Amino acid sequence: MQDMPSMNRRTFVKSTGALGALAAVGGAAATGANLFGATEPALAESEEKITWGHCAINCPGRCSLKFHVKDDEVVWVDTCTSKDAGFDDPQPRACLRGRTYRRWMNHPDRINYPMKRVGKRGEGKFERISWDEAIDLAATKLKEVIEKYGNEAVYLPYATGVSATTARPFNRLLNMLGGSLNRYGDYSTAQITAITPYMYGSKNNGGSSFKNAEDAKLILMFGTSPTETRQGGLTTHYDWVQLREKTGAKIYVIDPRMNDSIMGHSDQWLPINPGTDAALVAGIAHYLIQHDMCDMDFLHTYCVGFDEQTMPEAYQGKNMSYFDYVMGMGYDKVEKTPAWAAKVTGIPEKKIEELAEEIGTTKPLFVCQGWGPQRRSNGEWTSWSIMALPCLVGQVGLAGTNNGCREARNSPTLQSLPAGTNPVKASISCFVWTDAIKHGADMTAKNWGVKYVDKLNTGIKYMINYAGNCLTNQHGDINYAHDILVDESLCEFILGIDIVMTDSLKYSDVILPDMFRFEQNSQIATGSNWGYVITGTPATSVKYERKTCYEMCELIADKFGIKDKFTEGKTELEWMKELYEKSREKDEELPTWDEAVKMGVYTREYAPTISMKKFRDDPAANALTTPSGKIEIFSEKLLKDTEGWELTDGDTLACLNTLPPIPAYVPEWDGVETTTDEYPLALGGFHYRGRLHSSWGGIEELKEVNPQEAWINPADAEPRGIKQGDTVQVKNEFGTIELLAKVTPRVIPGMVAISQGAWHNADMSSSDPKARLDKGGCINTLTTHRPSPLAKGNPQHSNICEVVKA
Amino acid sequence: MTRYAFHFDGTRCTGCKTCEMACKDFKDLSVGTAFRKVYEVTLGTTERDANGCVISSCVSYPLSMSCNHCDDPACTKVCPTTAMHKDPETGLVSVDADKCIGCGYCHMACPYNAPKVDREKGHSVKCDGCAERVAAGEKPVCVEACPARALDFGTIEEMAKLGERGNIAPLPEPTYTKPNLYIKASADALPAGAEDGKVVNPLEVM
Repeated sequence: MQDMPSMNRRTFVKSTGALGALAAVGGAAATGANLFGATEPALAESEEKITWGHCAINCPGRCSLKFHVKDDEVVWVDTCTSKDAGFDDPQPRACLRGRTYRRWMNHPDRINYPMKRVGKRGEGKFERISWDEAIDLAATKLKEVIEKYGNEAVYLPYATGVSATTARPFNRLLNMLGGSLNRYGDYSTAQITAITPYMYGSKNNGGSSFKNAEDAKLILMFGTSPTETRQGGLTTHYDWVQLREKTGAKIYVIDPRMNDSIMGHSDQWLPINPGTDAALVAGIAHYLIQHDMCDMDFLHTYCVGFDEQTMPEAYQGKNMSYFDYVMGMGYDKVEKTPAWAAKVTGIPEKKIEELAEEIGTTKPLFVCQGWGPQRRSNGEWTSWSIMALPCLVGQVGLAGTNNGCREARNSPTLQSLPAGTNPVKASISCFVWTDAIKHGADMTAKNWGVKYVDKLNTGIKYMINYAGNCLTNQHGDINYAHDILVDESLCEFILGIDIVMTDSLKYSDVILPDMFRFEQNSQIATGSNWGYVITGTPATSVKYERKTCYEMCELIADKFGIKDKFTEGKTELEWMKELYEKSREKDEELPTWDEAVKMGVYTREYAPTISMKKFRDDPAANALTTPSGKIEIFSEKLLKDTEGWELTDGDTLACLNTLPPIPAYVPEWDGVETTTDEYPLALGGFHYRGRLHSSWGGIEELKEVNPQEAWINPADAEPRGIKQGDTVQVKNEFGTIELLAKVTPRVIPGMVAISQGAWHNADMSSSDPKARLDKGGCINTLTTHRPSPLAKGNPQHSNICEVVKA
Repeated sequence: MTRYAFHFDGTRCTGCKTCEMACKDFKDLSVGTAFRKVYEVTLGTTERDANGCVISSCVSYPLSMSCNHCDDPACTKVCPTTAMHKDPETGLVSVDADKCIGCGYCHMACPYNAPKVDREKGHSVKCDGCAERVAAGEKPVCVEACPARALDFGTIEEMAKLGERGNIAPLPEPTYTKPNLYIKASADALPAGAEDGKVVNPLEVM
């Protein structure tokens, strides 16, 4: 690319936008220029500068970006790499999406100026305004809402488009203005985050690193695709490829879809009905019990509630242990034989027995789960069951084992911009904000899981949606969210801040133009087997009227007369350096700031993380933070915490009027066991290589080779007359989407799999949600807003549907 | 004379397409053109038995491939103007845009889907093995981009040590054009020329 005889770089980039595929390298560009006459006469070659930056989207990869810049324009995006890098050399190489940043930063939909809404809310009509006017509108309305409804009416919805040490200034700002309604949980891990403390306690409950799995002899991966969820070159994609090559273990990936992490290694696929992992574990447990393969010493020393011997006193003699559940003596009184499990899971009885035999006889055993199995209506109990499996055979806390949680990630610790303390105590699950807008004052601890107060006093009236697409696109039931958002009498003001126009941003009343983290100074620490820190400097000057989020907060703070309090007299860069120095005080191995800037990418090797090793080594000295100090396979605390909760049909086992206190299999509300004649297929989402959630969803070059498809098995496609590549409609009670069919044996019969995150694209003018055909193929047109029973989290993989040829 | 080849490790590749997008950025290719593509081969069935249980014989694997800079390239043979040529020093095959008339014979002749006529530019375009980078002592952008470290590039002698010459489906028998692509096959891969080894993602690679 050094050789560009007839075009200077600036012209080159400009003409790319105007003429599509005109520009190319070397001789090709020369020809193109002659043909189209689109270029200026050759100018002297300007210097190419290189800057480091980091990806900041919601993927813990946060890989390195190496920008080649000429004339203040990025000409191409490289990454931390080298020509002779060995397989083991740590290089946080950007994924396919990172390599398209040049398309995104120059995208026609980029937000360049402050804007205010001029049409109805959600219509997407805006006009350019000055920064003064924008900040004045946002601050005046914020004052009004706080005065009229109190700070509990202000809310920062869950939004994950940006991560860096100083990327969350809005919490700090709002806390200084009296606070805002809190939220707990997240859209990634709500259910497993809620259940894990009941089983393992709230501290030191994380999983082992993949590095530790190298010593395993048997690896069970439940519902996870390390390559698709974190695709970079020093995150789980790389770690997974390393693990496969280095371990001698037999690997099973238990998933309804032969995901990309299995490609080339198809014998590792163990297909299962979606949402039935807990039934598989129960079936395995039955076999282990019947064949005396459980590690009873471990279960009696380290755990409570496996069988009667370790049940809490108040629950003895009531057949409420996990053993009694599995053996058919308690709860639903159904024996969870492998034959029973086969009917539920769709895994042949013989295969379940073989797998149980392997689990009972192979050590070390590494059991791991992704976050797909828990993002379901029964996700709390599904994830709990998977965590219980290694406990049954004592394979926790040892080299080569894992506690059943997702793999651990290592990272140096960097301090973030201090947010201060939120004077508002009330907290809602991050997933239930639509209902908190609609009827917040009806929401209590017992019906909607409101925390730290008994009930909310008001609905949400003001939202700051910073770098988030969870108002519609990534939320459950887009049509429901739309109807709430467009009603200006409910939420009175939405301040939206983003890089490009998104489906969620359309609902803003005022929009502020943000900058990519690589267009400003920015720092982040992350990692997986390896840890790394990336310290970035601006790739280009500030273009148009964009500002950093810190500057935006500074302007709003000024309107409230608290600018100095907010900034403490510091620029964002000064904060960054100061925070980094504080981090270095605790971690002397970190390079100096100047070294960090110069090197761009700092990597660090970590020893394998062995989950819960201290507890295994000395359970008395290192007791867990559960009530018993042990692993709780029966949780008395769960029953107490949820006493008096209002449950909805399907939240628990038919035989119970409480939530299950053991890791039981609960059939999903909308799942393989609850399909209907109208909607006979299960429907689940997955992470797609072409997007990170909805980020990059508008990049044509990515969409072209990562089309939005409904994966459907030939057994389901043929009777519907659907062929590979056909346009199909997928529909259910919530709406209809249109996309292409991928007819493939890589998904089980009876289930449709659709990658989540595609950009919603529907004419929303009809009052009938079913008439709003979503031609973007966004799965959240078809998901529910009903929260899961305990976490009150998003059950976005529990859906049923029908598919027809369009 | 140092002649070059690519290496593809099918046991590591996950089909992520980082190679393809890194190339597209570096070469500034827009929608409609890719010099490196990732093919998905999938075969077998996943069905329910009489008990409703899932039985699968499904096999699926990715193949990342650009131009293979063949020893005996089909594209140069059919080119009426010698625009498509093989560099005698490096063995890299590329298009001389000034000579190319955009007839498309190279596109039709190539068994590896490498050259393509860009109608806007009016001539054939394809992977040139990042000849300028290679001349500067670097490797092609795609190779250095791979998160899974599934690609390599070097002398034919070095790459031949890492795998077998173009030996997996959906590729044709390597004897046809003698591709400089040396492959370490995954357990799933079918041999070159296997009839079952069909490309199932045509939308993504054409």
